[in-house]
Amino acid sequence: MNLIKNRPEAREQAADGVERHDAVAVNAAHSRELYKKREPIYPKLVHGKFRLGKWVFMALALGVYYILPFLRWDRGPGAPDQAVLVDFANARFYFFFIEIWPQEVYYITGLLILSALALFLVTSLFGRVWCGYACPQTVWTDLFIAVERLFEGDRNKRIMLDRAEWSFNKAWRKVGKHAVWLLIAAATGGAWILYFHDAFAVVNNFVTGQAALTSYIFFGVLTFTTYVLAGTMREQVCTYMCPWPRIQGALIDKEALSVTYRVDRGEPRGRHKKGESWEGRGDCIDCKACVAACPMGIDIRDGDQLECINCALCIDACDDIMAKIGRPKGLIAYDSQDNVDRRAKDLKPRYRFLRPRTVLYAVLIAAVGGIMLFSLMNRAVLDLNAYRDRSPNYVRLSDGSVRNGYTLTVLNKTGETRTYELAIEGDPAMAVRVLGADETSRQLEVGADQTQDFRVFVTLPRDAVDAPSEPLTFIVTDTETGDQAQTRSAFQTGEIR
Amino acid sequence: MADEHKKDVDAYSGVDTTGHEWDGIKELDNPLPRWWVWVFYASIVWSVIYWIFMPAWPALPGMDGHTRGLRDHSERANVAAAVAELEASRAPMFTRLTEAADTGGISAIEADPDLLNFALAAGSSAFGDNCATCHGAGGQGFIGYPNLNDDVWLWGGSFDEIRHTLHVGIRWESHPDTRFSQMPAYGRDELLNREEIAAVTDYVMTLSDMIEPTEAGQTMGAEIFDFQCSACHGADGRGDRTQGAPNLTDQEWLYGGTRDQIYNTIWRGPYGMMPAWEGRLDEEVITALAAYVYLLGGGESETITEASAADVINTQEAGR
Repeated sequence: MNLIKNRPEAREQAADGVERHDAVAVNAAHSRELYKKREPIYPKLVHGKFRLGKWVFMALALGVYYILPFLRWDRGPGAPDQAVLVDFANARFYFFFIEIWPQEVYYITGLLILSALALFLVTSLFGRVWCGYACPQTVWTDLFIAVERLFEGDRNKRIMLDRAEWSFNKAWRKVGKHAVWLLIAAATGGAWILYFHDAFAVVNNFVTGQAALTSYIFFGVLTFTTYVLAGTMREQVCTYMCPWPRIQGALIDKEALSVTYRVDRGEPRGRHKKGESWEGRGDCIDCKACVAACPMGIDIRDGDQLECINCALCIDACDDIMAKIGRPKGLIAYDSQDNVDRRAKDLKPRYRFLRPRTVLYAVLIAAVGGIMLFSLMNRAVLDLNAYRDRSPNYVRLSDGSVRNGYTLTVLNKTGETRTYELAIEGDPAMAVRVLGADETSRQLEVGADQTQDFRVFVTLPRDAVDAPSEPLTFIVTDTETGDQAQTRSAFQTGEIR
Repeated sequence: MADEHKKDVDAYSGVDTTGHEWDGIKELDNPLPRWWVWVFYASIVWSVIYWIFMPAWPALPGMDGHTRGLRDHSERANVAAAVAELEASRAPMFTRLTEAADTGGISAIEADPDLLNFALAAGSSAFGDNCATCHGAGGQGFIGYPNLNDDVWLWGGSFDEIRHTLHVGIRWESHPDTRFSQMPAYGRDELLNREEIAAVTDYVMTLSDMIEPTEAGQTMGAEIFDFQCSACHGADGRGDRTQGAPNLTDQEWLYGGTRDQIYNTIWRGPYGMMPAWEGRLDEEVITALAAYVYLLGGGESETITEASAADVINTQEAGR
């Protein structure tokens, strides 16, 4: 039924020299039934500044993804020299000059909050540019469509090929396309695993069959998901699986820019005959170039809709047509709903980038970014935690004095072995003993970039006990640099008041 | 019913029905989702492959329990291999630990941070498996089960004594060298009457300054103590480690320090037992356990002699 609608042989004219595409917006809300198989979409290649921008951004994004793991960053001997590395085995995350320990995972939280706020800001300014240009689903789908075009030709050729009987021609084109898709998918999965171990070693081990099983599993999973998501599922991922369209829909207000069909200028639409006046009619000649170009299978002229990823390819398509029929460009353009309404009321369009919500987002981004930068710059290279024994809470010795046991965890985040002097702040009668060879020594030695536990006993004589719980602070001082870290704990006496 | 079923197409959806009907509601005969069907077929294929490679079918006549499969896979063997591998990887450290313990005692273990951490980790694990049931998760003890964190020891708190106690157990009669002593059940066996036990309780409580001296305690109680108790607990009540007789002058009471608890203890005569771990646990594990218990904080260094220990107690008493 729909194949008839898609029939490419029908060559109608929308205006002099402009073909009217027999394209149907299969995913538009009004033409989509609930229980229906996916209608294939055959996006037509367009040329223009947005298409060019998308090519450039795709090259950039893929370039970063594939090259980043091979960048090196010198961190001194014994430390990995990969610029970006998620080292699960040793529980470290490296990002150029930043090294994050598991207990500092709040930096990642901060980064996620920052990303969310940035997305809020960009969305309230320019609509769903993330979806249109930067989202991996968009980037890879775009790439896969390009490959499809390479093997099967542009829109009309693809439709005809799909409808044709099986032949050698059809077979080699299909096989070639899927082979290249799989190759790209494998490269995607292959690059992913480079971020978790030394990239050069992984490449070497991977091809010789010596890499970890998890490497092969993730390679397989990502190859599969890339192939399926970008190759066969495409726009369904955005429409049915992804939560962003819903969230971003809530972030867009009437003044946010998004890909907009200027109803005020375009309607009433219709065919334009040669020599006919443009007075009293809209600029839209209903050629459906915008529908043919849409990778989501919708008609932008239906207004802003959930399915639209704002890729702006319809802008390129329409501008091309406007140039051909001699009308000004920008019938479809980045514009706001507010401006469409204003023009309908003969008001001048306005573009306000400083709105309460954009200012709020910008301030929040500056605040969160500032806090993160500050804490990163002042990141402690020494940390101390004290865990007081809970069973038993306290020990009463035969002379009536009370002893508490502690496990002190000293974190040495420097690249060299350090010795720290332990001191306590509390009741002066408290005696400290560190479990180890020399009972009088309070020197704690911790290896480079390591965490070390020490057992420490604190004893308080019977006559000095005067509360059920007494405050106690442990302090460690780097014997070389004087760096200090302290942690508060308590001393339980078992005295009941 | 199925035989009588004719095509009954649902008017609304245009789909045939199964012929099943409940109160006018009919079941549509929609095909299964294709992805589900393919997963189903794939599972069947997979199971056939599985039969070939893995143990799958119960015994056929003449077979050993079940079909073996080409891989001859056995989870039990895998676990045994993994355990053996783990034990082999730990063996060198256990050997080092035992050698250090045999030659240099606990100080040799404490001198080596690697060995110290290993002893603590291995000991902690073995303690949790074998000892915590009675002595508590942190060795804090309960009434009748000694606290291992403090400096009060019934049979000696040096590393070697603790190790020996672990080997032979306490009142564990199946071990020939077990630590053994027995306090009579003065009340239950009618060696003393209630009045006499009350008097000796008074006397014992005055030994550790828990109550003011009473007349009965100082006369009848002191006399009974001298006659019945001092042989093991000492004339001054400081106990005797060679017989596991506790010091009655300190603040620690294994069976409780209230008047009723002390009375009860004399009445029934406690008989606390600990298994001998020799033969139950590997020698290396016993060594690690001894080190762990010693390092809980109460271990006595080997240089402390009986005389110096008495000095410590005297100094403490002077301080009170």
